[in-house]
Amino acid sequence: MASRTIAGKQVQMNDEGFMTDPNEWNKEIAVEIAREEGIADLTLTHWKVIDFCRQDGLSSGKAPTLRRITTQAGISTKEMFTLFPKGPAKKVAKISGLGKPEGCV
Amino acid sequence: MKKLLILGAGTAGTMVANRLAHLLDADEWQITIVDQDETHYYQPGLLFIPFGMYSKRDVIKPKRDFIPLGVEFITSAIELIEPEHNRVKLAQEGRYLNYDFLVIATGTHTHPKQTAGLQEHEWYKSIFDFYTIEGAVALAKELRTWRGGRLALNVVENPIKCPVAPLEFIMLADWFFSEQGIRDRVELIYATPLPGAFTKPIASKHLGDILDKKGIKVIPEFLIEHVDPDAKKIVAYDESEIEYDLLVTVPLNMGADVIARSGMGDELNYVAVDKHTFVSPTYPNVFALGDAASLPTSKAGSVAHFAVECFAENFVRYADGLEMLPTFDGHANCFIESGFGKGLLIDFNYDTEPLPGMYPLPGIGPFSLLQESEANHWGKLMFRWMYWNLLLKGQELPLPARMSMAGKWKN
Repeated sequence: MASRTIAGKQVQMNDEGFMTDPNEWNKEIAVEIAREEGIADLTLTHWKVIDFCRQDGLSSGKAPTLRRITTQAGISTKEMFTLFPKGPAKKVAKISGLGKPEGCV
Repeated sequence: MKKLLILGAGTAGTMVANRLAHLLDADEWQITIVDQDETHYYQPGLLFIPFGMYSKRDVIKPKRDFIPLGVEFITSAIELIEPEHNRVKLAQEGRYLNYDFLVIATGTHTHPKQTAGLQEHEWYKSIFDFYTIEGAVALAKELRTWRGGRLALNVVENPIKCPVAPLEFIMLADWFFSEQGIRDRVELIYATPLPGAFTKPIASKHLGDILDKKGIKVIPEFLIEHVDPDAKKIVAYDESEIEYDLLVTVPLNMGADVIARSGMGDELNYVAVDKHTFVSPTYPNVFALGDAASLPTSKAGSVAHFAVECFAENFVRYADGLEMLPTFDGHANCFIESGFGKGLLIDFNYDTEPLPGMYPLPGIGPFSLLQESEANHWGKLMFRWMYWNLLLKGQELPLPARMSMAGKWKN
């Protein structure tokens, strides 16, 4: 466990770069993490997905899986790969300040 | 009379019927179990069929043989669950069954149609599954005369029933083609959406090393978008492609359609329940056990077994008006067949990932954890007898329901 300063705010992060306290998150942090993940600009569609993940993640206590995002947020898997290339569920969870999605057990 | 209704007479449903028929007073309880099929499959055995180790005969028995005396068995599809009205509508003559308590054990099934190109004109010609009896038998026939080439094994999406089965399949394939004398003409590829060979990091590393030694190539983070059955290639969402001569698929796994129809499931038709007690958060007289439940543990027979052990005793308390105890810890215990007469064993729960070490078992064990041994192979083969004769019938096994750290190495 380590803490890092992102967008001027000190936040807790695990070894894999996932924030451990979703309440420390804000939109500036999301923009900064997205940039580190290779997404230069967050469009409205990006935000639609991030907003869904925030809402879903905070109410369920865990980051949504890719299938959950595509079925509930009305966005296709293909689009998700365009928006958040290479591991979209993991990437969007990271940007949304949530833990790693537990799709696999 | 209080009514307990169990939906599904597979591994979990049959075990729970047996345990509760034993624990509940027959003068006070009427237990009914419903399933659309008459046949019980020993599902761990399907893995061995493609390689000629088991035949169809070895894995099927009538479900009825395992339903205890005094429990009513109804063969019918289930139309709808109406938890607000404490009743279930059957497909058979639109009959309604009322209940005081409902156990949902409708399992998980494969859905090859969900992936474009999979179940089309090359299905059972150059594309096979081994999670169904039809697929396992068709693949056995194909492998008997296959002359070699590139065999790609692909898991469409997680979670799947028995997450170790694909690993076992590919390791048995390595052994099988060696025995056939054509291993040098076969390329083995395992394409998985996971970041490595298995779901949990330590086991993934150990298993990844074993696959590497066997000359099996793992392609991680491969999320299939479609199959091109004519060009014989699978294409991922990130547009990477894998060509194959023979494709073995583990199709998308989903819970029963009736769960979706009844509005009781998540996006994959699994029922949300408390992970320690199996009680539905919405309906306090509804439970989900086995693969049907949406829980962060493996969908596997061993998990269903430990779950039923914990649940049955707890249910008796609950029916008496007491609180349920949070007894289930997500315990899973799986033999992993690795070919050449050897196997591995993994033992884990919600909090502890599979670790190396020794698994103690008085009289028979110990079994080595996360390492290949002949004892583990014999353990796996012996298990079929235990399944039919002890496990399904709800007899006590010398295996603790909750995971123990005894023998496990932490570092």
